[in-house]
Amino acid sequence: MQIDVQTVNIEQKNQTFTHLKRRFGDKKIPSRYQEASYDLQATENLHYRPTWAPEQELYDPNLSKIRMTDWYDLKDPRQFYYSTYTLTRARQQETMESNFKTVESLNLIENLPDQVLKIAQDLLIPLRHVNYASNLNNTLVCGYGYGTVFTQPCIYHAMDNLGIAQYLSRLGLMIGDVESLEVAKQDWMNSDAWQPLRRSLEDLMCVRDPVEVFIKQNFVLDGLLYPLVYQRIADKHLLELGGSGISILTQFMTNWYQESVRWVDSVLKTMADESPQNKAVLEEWVGSAANHFTSVLLPVVALAVQGNDADELVSEVHDELMTRASKAGLFR
Amino acid sequence: MSTVFIILQANEDTRPIVDAIEQDNPLAEVIHEPAMVKVQAEGRLVVRRETIEEEIGREFDMQELNINLITLSGNVDEDEDALTLTWNS
Amino acid sequence: MDIKKTPRKLNVKEKYRLMTRDLAWEPSYRDEKEIYPYVDYEGIKIHDWSKWEDPFRLTMDAYWKYQAEKERKYYAIIDAHAQNNGHLNVTDARYLTAIKLFLQGISPGEYAAHRGFARVGREFAGVGPQVACQMQSIDEIRHAQTQVHAMSNYNKYYNGFKDFAQQRDRIWYTSVPRSFFDDAMSAGPFEFLIAIGFSFEYVLTNLLFVPFMSGAAYNGDMATCTFGFSAQSDEARHMTLGLECIKFMLEQDPANIPIVQKWIDKWFWRGCRLLTLVAAMMDYMLPKRVMSWREAWNIYGVENGNALFRDLARYGIRQPMHWDDVEKSIDHTSHQIMLGLYQWKFGTAFHSWTPTASDIEWLKEKYPTTFEQYYLPRWEYAIAQKEAGGEYNNFGLPKLCQTCQLPCLFTEPDDPTQLAHRETEFEGEKYHFCSDGCQHVFDQEPEKYVQAWLPMPALMQAPLKGDLAAWMEWVSLEPTAAGDYANSEDKANFEKWRKQVSTD
Repeated sequence: MQIDVQTVNIEQKNQTFTHLKRRFGDKKIPSRYQEASYDLQATENLHYRPTWAPEQELYDPNLSKIRMTDWYDLKDPRQFYYSTYTLTRARQQETMESNFKTVESLNLIENLPDQVLKIAQDLLIPLRHVNYASNLNNTLVCGYGYGTVFTQPCIYHAMDNLGIAQYLSRLGLMIGDVESLEVAKQDWMNSDAWQPLRRSLEDLMCVRDPVEVFIKQNFVLDGLLYPLVYQRIADKHLLELGGSGISILTQFMTNWYQESVRWVDSVLKTMADESPQNKAVLEEWVGSAANHFTSVLLPVVALAVQGNDADELVSEVHDELMTRASKAGLFR
Repeated sequence: MSTVFIILQANEDTRPIVDAIEQDNPLAEVIHEPAMVKVQAEGRLVVRRETIEEEIGREFDMQELNINLITLSGNVDEDEDALTLTWNS
Repeated sequence: MDIKKTPRKLNVKEKYRLMTRDLAWEPSYRDEKEIYPYVDYEGIKIHDWSKWEDPFRLTMDAYWKYQAEKERKYYAIIDAHAQNNGHLNVTDARYLTAIKLFLQGISPGEYAAHRGFARVGREFAGVGPQVACQMQSIDEIRHAQTQVHAMSNYNKYYNGFKDFAQQRDRIWYTSVPRSFFDDAMSAGPFEFLIAIGFSFEYVLTNLLFVPFMSGAAYNGDMATCTFGFSAQSDEARHMTLGLECIKFMLEQDPANIPIVQKWIDKWFWRGCRLLTLVAAMMDYMLPKRVMSWREAWNIYGVENGNALFRDLARYGIRQPMHWDDVEKSIDHTSHQIMLGLYQWKFGTAFHSWTPTASDIEWLKEKYPTTFEQYYLPRWEYAIAQKEAGGEYNNFGLPKLCQTCQLPCLFTEPDDPTQLAHRETEFEGEKYHFCSDGCQHVFDQEPEKYVQAWLPMPALMQAPLKGDLAAWMEWVSLEPTAAGDYANSEDKANFEKWRKQVSTD
């Protein structure tokens, strides 16, 4: 007997799973993102209370001051599920790998002006510790947030931060071998420029409201840091100083930031649109953290840019962040 | 002595890897099951990069093993040249 | 500092240390206890987090690269499977029960593991285990998703798949795996790692993912086989993490040894009880068999497990408590579970059946000391009822074990003719158990296990109040998804479609 299964056309019984039909109807076959994301987290009849915090539920929407009728409204516009996420990053990694090769084969680092090297060392390499903090913070949001569409991108974001920390480490090894990383760690631990930021991150690592951590880390801090360090300093200032060998190695960070802004803004906007109460809480978080991190980042920026220029840069980026907040519905 | 093993998906990518493991571990036993191939040995099994490279005629990164690895048993020691599985008893 | 220093070539170990370990710092503005509030309360003492050894030193660049390659391969296979009516390649549609159980019971566990590992990936106070756990967390969501995607195609043609999300939280038998994962997640970070990383991953997942998935391939289901093997390749990393974790705890302080042993005892038993479902999948639900549960247990349980515990003996760790009870049960559990599923088949979103003549021959051969003597007569009784136009059902509700949540259907370890039943009284209430192992687990932490959500009492309470039809609606159980495979729509459709595509 031979079986030729390819030729027949068999009528389908079900277009989709019931939970997706309930959300999206069954006119359209759901996407793999929808199948991979919606209603995956258990919601009821949870068996035991956490022994680490018996007042909480195992999945507990009340860990945050933010309230959502449906946490699955917080869709990721990039529609990342594991596969699309991994394939996207693998492609970017391939580009970065060839960037590293180019820089090495053309000796671009050795030929950099001292001033550029100094800025890279003083400003960029210590940032790997900032990424580590963000890695932990996003892991917390994934672990304790509510609803898969909100929590899933956070583990991707956490791993991205680890990846960025590792790109920065490779850059450090290229410009000054292991010593570069050691010096950067010393700076991070002791130098005046970095202490306010380190203190703020240690404070943020003590916060347990997953949305508060998400907003302060991903919207506010990254929303100031990436435009300052990567868009302004690495891609403009260092280029002007002849530092293309550096900017080619921070390309991932620039692109990654642009990509993640869509997601972060969309989450913020959806939460703010949900209720005036949410909006008030978000305004309080964004407003206070934006002012705080702006002042904290000033001495960091001053490592690369002198005097008034640093002030201007920081206030320009602060305004940009507030424009994003306003587009998301805050402070209006 | 306890048995250590490594199980790989049975496909064209793993055929030379299994050949390499057999060369480096003459006492190892190779067992074919549907869609998978298991290589086991008493106490110790070593997978060497150089031998694989000779088999496939190109450079091989030990971490490429991840792609077709199904499972393993034993304490793992991996560096750029080899993956070693051992039981201490 | 001399900035322009020529970089040395670093080996993998050094590189990994610099790329990962070196990222963390000792906080000075805040107390570590504020940042890591949950690392102490279980009593595990860690003196030096940097002693953690990571055997697979994957940096993110390599992770993305190799995982993407796995993903490309996997989705190519399931796309082809969907386009070419791959579902008609399975040996026969009885097989689908195994993967329905998988989707309803195991995939939600993968998801729970994803969230649990994210939590411990945040709570451990050392960057080595943090990163290893985060990587496991992201892998676990991969497993949940690839499984849903593989099953999505089967869902288009067969019953019993479409309501898995609802059934995860409500139907009685999914409470078995969910209580297992809820138990682990509600424990502290170290116990979680022993539960999932060590006991489940290292000791038990081989039994789930290796012989069963090889069986899936043998039965023509390349989609399932591929997610199984592809997932297990991540498990190889996870198992190694589990083993490193346990060695790390044992080496850090001798006071940790009895705590770890207690967890091994508990989670080995919990895991073995959970795997009784896999035993039934292996022995009854693969129409073509690769090996019996007994044979799989001998290789991956006895041989591999013993090797592991002999290795750990140097730390003062012994074989898990109740190991002998498990060993004694191996020739029985698959039959006991399948008979149980068959008699309660009106309440399951998958089909069960009475074994065919050739199944019976195989079961006799593989279980020479138990099957014919203890279980064949019961199957024959069910078969005779069917032949007389009746159906063997047990409309009495099973009494569930307070710990593992399986019906109390197992026998005494030393007397296969006696059902085992244990009771503990706690704060004036009586609690029932299927075994010494489950009673022991309860007695160690009664305050925890009294909280268990038991699906059978839920059926009797408001708002359902024992109304079976209302219950079926509440758990999204359609009659077409339940019952004997012999009379099922799945069977009729599969045979009809197969006929359409077959040529002599």
